[in-house]
Amino acid sequence: MRTLNKLAQGTLAAAMGLAFSVGALAADITGAGATFPYAVYTKWAEAYKAATGNQVNYQGIGSSGGVKQIKAKTVDFGGTDAPVKEADLDAAKLVQVPTVMGGVTIVVNVPGVESGKLKLDGVTAADIFRGAITKWNAPAIAKLNPGVALPDMAITVSHRSDGSGTTYAFTNYLAKQSMAFKRDVGAGNTVNWPANAVGGKGNPGVAANVQKIKGAIGYVDIADAMKNNMTFAALKNKAGNYILPSQQSVADAAAGADFKVKGMAPDLLDQSHKNAWPITTATYVLAYEKGSDAAKQKGVVDFFAWSLNNGQKMAADLGFVALPPNVVKMVETEMKNIK
Amino acid sequence: MSEPSAPAGIDLHAKQVGRFRLQDKFFHYSTQFFAFIVLAALVGILVSLTIEAWPTLKVFGPAFLWTNIWSVPDDQYGALAAIYGTVVTSVLALLIAVPISFGIALFLTETCPLWLRRPLGTAIELLAGIPSIVYGIWGLFVFAPLFAEYIQPPLQELLGDVPVIGDWFSGPPIGVGILTASIVLALMVTPFIASVMRDVFETVPDVLKESAYGVGCTTWEVVRNVVLPYTRVGVIGGIMLGLGRALGETMAVTFVIGNANRINGSLFAPGTSIASTLANEFGEADPGLHIASLFALGLVLFILTFIVLAISRWLISRSMGTEGL
Repeated sequence: MRTLNKLAQGTLAAAMGLAFSVGALAADITGAGATFPYAVYTKWAEAYKAATGNQVNYQGIGSSGGVKQIKAKTVDFGGTDAPVKEADLDAAKLVQVPTVMGGVTIVVNVPGVESGKLKLDGVTAADIFRGAITKWNAPAIAKLNPGVALPDMAITVSHRSDGSGTTYAFTNYLAKQSMAFKRDVGAGNTVNWPANAVGGKGNPGVAANVQKIKGAIGYVDIADAMKNNMTFAALKNKAGNYILPSQQSVADAAAGADFKVKGMAPDLLDQSHKNAWPITTATYVLAYEKGSDAAKQKGVVDFFAWSLNNGQKMAADLGFVALPPNVVKMVETEMKNIK
Repeated sequence: MSEPSAPAGIDLHAKQVGRFRLQDKFFHYSTQFFAFIVLAALVGILVSLTIEAWPTLKVFGPAFLWTNIWSVPDDQYGALAAIYGTVVTSVLALLIAVPISFGIALFLTETCPLWLRRPLGTAIELLAGIPSIVYGIWGLFVFAPLFAEYIQPPLQELLGDVPVIGDWFSGPPIGVGILTASIVLALMVTPFIASVMRDVFETVPDVLKESAYGVGCTTWEVVRNVVLPYTRVGVIGGIMLGLGRALGETMAVTFVIGNANRINGSLFAPGTSIASTLANEFGEADPGLHIASLFALGLVLFILTFIVLAISRWLISRSMGTEGL
């Protein structure tokens, strides 16, 4: 048994050595940052390696970690959900481009209410999530939902307990809708939730809490909500229509946005397209304008250019939304600045 | 070959002794070096935590310890809610775990049939080896929903109207919260405490127990008057080991405590602990006061654990004094 173990260890070590030496031949590039796009980046990296033989490593360490690492020059590209401001980009000599989009959706667990049947507008959602509305049969909710039997049940707000880009997008949207929300809860990766709130770790934690707690309301990525077959709420957008979260309504939100700004990070929240999903967000990568290693710089550009052109279906399968074709062209132009 | 002359023999002997002495010295210094590594690591952690936490300590001062606010958007930080959650969940966990562990250990050493001893003992040791994340996932997905459905409503009905105690069980039954975290923690520390207790109970000489049985003592009297006094030090040590684990437990607590940075009188309400706050917020913490405050929380946990250790040392030395062991 012991010899067998030793043998296995030896083989494993040899295999790892082999893997390292093969990897070293190609220009390996390494990125780190936001966890939200982790699934799609690793999927792209896998397909990219199969197609070109080049290795791309991505570590989901969180958006602020990604920005920190790229500024410290320990990675070849950084990933972030919260776009870096123009002034900071200039100061650090970084190029920022969007890669893929997603949406944050409101999910509920109200006995007797089916998916898509509950309607909310921005202000009411903000009042619920700041703890001003604490019962499901409150007049403000009932007014938006004639004909829906709302129970006399306490609302439990379910939120992300870990700092997260999902929270960042969601709270920024609600803060835009309601000054009171901005004042009471704030907007950012980690905020002050009200007294009737409970935090879950990661999207799965929030999804689990909403599914297990009767009377819960929470927010998760569209991808996670669909995977878990959760009960969505329809949300009123800027054009005044009640929209259900879908890849199409996220794509429609992007169609109306102007990406021609430095950093390519227009505000995608609450877009005015008639079918736009209000809580639409993009995730971004950061790279140096002038890197010390030209091969790696080119590796970063090649990887994302390849992925944006060949990876839309992979992204869609994972619940993400691909950038519109005109934006992909703009990203390719912008990436010429990565040298 | 002639016999070696006497002076030469002494010389040889002295040489050997000298070599032994050198060996001993080498042994002494190398082991001392290893021991000092631990000390250096301890001091190093303390110093680096203090340095990283310095901005927070400078801004909030000692008030950080008793300020009940943790607001990232306002950049205001205080540790009270996290300290409260940590202490309350750990103490509750011990209140549940100690009697159970005591029962397990007594059964295993005193009344368990011999053939059952080994499988039961192994099962407890296995339970101690389960990674904490497994307890967390089980707690969130299996235990919390059952708790919300079948335990919280009857508890509220039973105790809800009792003054003071009723407040502990108020609020909507959502499954996750301080009490759930305490129960999951209790489950986690029980095998630790039980196996330490079992080991120390086994050290009681049979002669002592048999003479007690011989004069007509019941099992309980033997336990009360012979086993417990004999093993008090070890029992305290086991409990403190459990408390130490409960204080620092991170993942399992993060899953089931509900992660709300506030103090609520109800045990059904979500709360937070120091370790779970760190686990939640470190990944995406903003540089500046937020990071510094998380380090300060780490420092508080470090000191808290140190105090627990000091108290257990003191308890042990006191009971050793009275028992003359």
